[in-house]
Amino acid sequence: MSKAVSIEIAGVNLSYGSTHVLKNVDLSIRPGEFFAFLGPSGCGKTTLLRLIAGFAHAQTGQVLLDGQDVAPLPPWKREVGMVFQSYALWPHMTVAKNVAFGLEERRLPRAEIDRRVANALDLVGLADFADRRPAQLSGGQQQRVAVARTIAIEPKVLLLDEPLSNLDAKMRVSVRRELRALQQRLGLTTIFVTHDQEEANTVCDRIAVMDAGTIRQVGTPMELYENPANLFVASFLGSANILGDGDGIPVPAGKRLVFRPQHATLSSVDGSNLQGRVTHREFLGATVRYGVRVGISEILIEVPFQSGSELRTVGSVVGVALPPERMLYLPA
Amino acid sequence: MALAGTRSAGQAALALAIALFLGVFLVVPVATVIYVAFTEKGGGALTLVNFADFARTDLFVRSFWNSVYVSAMTVVWASVLALPLAYLTTRFEFRGAMLVQTLGFLPLVMPPFVGAVAMQLLFGRNGSVNLLLDEWFDFKIGFMEGLNGVIFLQAIHYFPFILVNLSAALRNIDRAMEEAAQNLGSHGLRLFRRIAMPLALPGFIAGASLVFVKVFDDVATPLLLNVKEMLAPQAYLRITSIGIDDPMGYVISVVLIGVAVATMWASALVLKGKDYATTQRGGGGLARRKLKPRESALAYAVVILILALVLAPHVGLLLLSFATVWSFSPLPDGYTFAHYARVLGDSSVYIKNTLLYSSLAAGIDVVIGGAIAYLVLRTKLPGRQWLDWAASTALAVPGVVLGIGYLRAFYGVKMPDGTPLAALWIVIVLAIAIRRLPYALRAAYAALQQISVSLEEAAENLGATKARTVRRIVIPLMTGGLLAGFVTSFATAAVELSAVLMLVQSNSDAPLAYGLYVLMQTPAGRGAGAALGVIAVIIVAICMGLAQLAADRSQRARGLDT
Ligand SMILES: Nc1ncnc2c1ncn2[C@@H]1O[C@H](COP(=O)(O)OP(=O)(O)OP(=O)(O)O)[C@@H](O)[C@H]1O
Ligand SMILES: [Mg+2]
Repeated sequence: MSKAVSIEIAGVNLSYGSTHVLKNVDLSIRPGEFFAFLGPSGCGKTTLLRLIAGFAHAQTGQVLLDGQDVAPLPPWKREVGMVFQSYALWPHMTVAKNVAFGLEERRLPRAEIDRRVANALDLVGLADFADRRPAQLSGGQQQRVAVARTIAIEPKVLLLDEPLSNLDAKMRVSVRRELRALQQRLGLTTIFVTHDQEEANTVCDRIAVMDAGTIRQVGTPMELYENPANLFVASFLGSANILGDGDGIPVPAGKRLVFRPQHATLSSVDGSNLQGRVTHREFLGATVRYGVRVGISEILIEVPFQSGSELRTVGSVVGVALPPERMLYLPA
Repeated sequence: MALAGTRSAGQAALALAIALFLGVFLVVPVATVIYVAFTEKGGGALTLVNFADFARTDLFVRSFWNSVYVSAMTVVWASVLALPLAYLTTRFEFRGAMLVQTLGFLPLVMPPFVGAVAMQLLFGRNGSVNLLLDEWFDFKIGFMEGLNGVIFLQAIHYFPFILVNLSAALRNIDRAMEEAAQNLGSHGLRLFRRIAMPLALPGFIAGASLVFVKVFDDVATPLLLNVKEMLAPQAYLRITSIGIDDPMGYVISVVLIGVAVATMWASALVLKGKDYATTQRGGGGLARRKLKPRESALAYAVVILILALVLAPHVGLLLLSFATVWSFSPLPDGYTFAHYARVLGDSSVYIKNTLLYSSLAAGIDVVIGGAIAYLVLRTKLPGRQWLDWAASTALAVPGVVLGIGYLRAFYGVKMPDGTPLAALWIVIVLAIAIRRLPYALRAAYAALQQISVSLEEAAENLGATKARTVRRIVIPLMTGGLLAGFVTSFATAAVELSAVLMLVQSNSDAPLAYGLYVLMQTPAGRGAGAALGVIAVIIVAICMGLAQLAADRSQRARGLDT
């Protein structure tokens, strides 16, 4: 396999008519990295992927693969393998024919094609399914055929557009592990699009969190969780309590106080930095989650559950202890 | 319980009445044709002798292969015209697309036989195009020589059937299918051939098999081009020249039905398991590529050439209808209104008859089609599906076969005054009605399917009986759809010829299409024939406009209802 390449996106703006879909996107993805685009529906993840694959065209900015601007290259010359969300397997061809397609387009000798098809199908564990039609496969198998079809051409990078969204919950976990293992084996620079943070957290080296066409933060899953750069990232990755002026606690102007539910504790009313009234209580097994009304906001607090420990009742007034080292002040 | 009893009794009576109608005017005539084909002439014994005779007669065998050849070549040439247009309009940003889409309606406006003579004058050996070619470049092209003429005329007439089906199929392909191919290194025509075309194959086959059958069954177009050695014309000639007792006309009819059924069956077989249904999963349509200026010029050239071909019969017909003398010259020698005067004078009976027959036939179709649709979609009457199948088989029965069947089955049935039933003009109406019933039935299904059952249930819930619900809720809501069905049936009935050709006994009972056919046979009658043709085109075009209007209207009405 050829050496892995980097992906550089610089100053990209893209509009469809009057809708500004990608706004000043800058991104740099390292060779061999398993990278995720994470964000809510409609934020532009697919569009960014299609830009890299050559199916969408930016009004400004550049896409560089291995330092080369790919703007002049049409999709069929980019060597960027994309696995479509719907898999897009051709129903009139067998699995083997599907996988062979890209190789045939490259006019490789028949023997070489057969060898690479067999390899690709082996790699995804579908060697015995070569003569089936896509309609005769399960969703997970179809997804693996789509991957095999793409890696057979030995692309420079691999783009996966929500590859797991058509699978059931159990399949997702196993297939994403397989994808990760495969990516490690091939050492292929890979972008994985998802709107599921757990998916992004568990398999990806780094994540770009996107919102409404902009990239809000880039980092490893842990960095993003521990040190979110803004309120959007803080609340998109896990739950976060956000307090401002008027919530009975001093917050610098133009900032918000942000903390995770498990980082606050309930204390006695006097001597605590914050007071509130319990509005609801949920028993989650290992923890108990309280909803507490403070000022004009409601926050969530999770405390470990020990048997025999006394629970607060709904309606009671409680103090909230906030350890300073866990508090983040983020721009509003 | 008592209520339910009367309700289903009413439905059963309705179903029986329709079954009787279809039985007498569709099943019996067709069965008679098949029966006669398999019985000894004069005697009554079942036999295959007639088919052996058919196979031994050179003329018939030659006619059969000529028909196969002409139909197949028509499909080929129609595809040659349709493919680039379908590809252009579905895969590129192309402003001429609207123009191409409207081509789809042209065949409904004018059946090929109407323009046959005019096309002879434009493209024949001594027609305008060849005269000019000869003068400028010293050669001629045999567009209209023998079978070529039929193929040429049918291809430019029928290619929109393939175009419409193929374009719809191409548009329905999930765009990811082609993007995935591009992503793997494929593009252009290769991509079209390997991915788009196979996925659109069902649409193509649907259109192509329809064209094959229609061309195979056409009587009038070959005859007007003086091509007699094709199967459907042979059936007509045999019966009209030798008489209704000669078995060969029936044998040919059975062969025609057999070919129609075999074609439909074969296309179903080819398509088995190929209904890929890869419709879009969001993400908008395929990104259409912009044409470069040179490509764009080429695209327009192709579209304009095809458009010119499609319009040629219309233009030729119009010229002919105003021409004093037109032969051996690119354009007529002079122009006159005399033909229109003549047609509106002594030939106006044709127009009157057409309006009468078509509206009666379309009325029958809408009533029966609406009733069948209601019985099938809204009741649990046992056997209701049979009505639908029976009505739809009319599609596989060529017009000439139905005409022969009527002659044979109803000639022996005498009215009180001694005239045979088959000689009455109402029989022409019934034949036309049966021929157009499948189309009206489709329209009725479409109209009824768009009405939510809950609207009817609400009415019943408020105390209306079934019959009153139908009258007060179902029929008013279906009006737009039924009206569209009526007008479409009317328009196509106005130019129906192949069944009519068999059944017209006297000029005073003849509709316009028949008059046109008769007039076009002689050079002296051509001008008047063309004038009749123009009038037919105008009537049909107005009807199509009205049908569109009715469809739009009902669309909007439903929009308000829901
Ligand atoms: N061809 C197009 N024309 C106009 N607008 C488009 C087009 N394609 C996408 N958009 C718009 O661009 C925005 C981003 O779309 P995109 O498909 O990239 O979202 P996404 O992040 O992939 O969402 P999802 O998670 O739902 O797949 C959306 O608001 C969408 O409506
Ligand atoms: Mg998407």
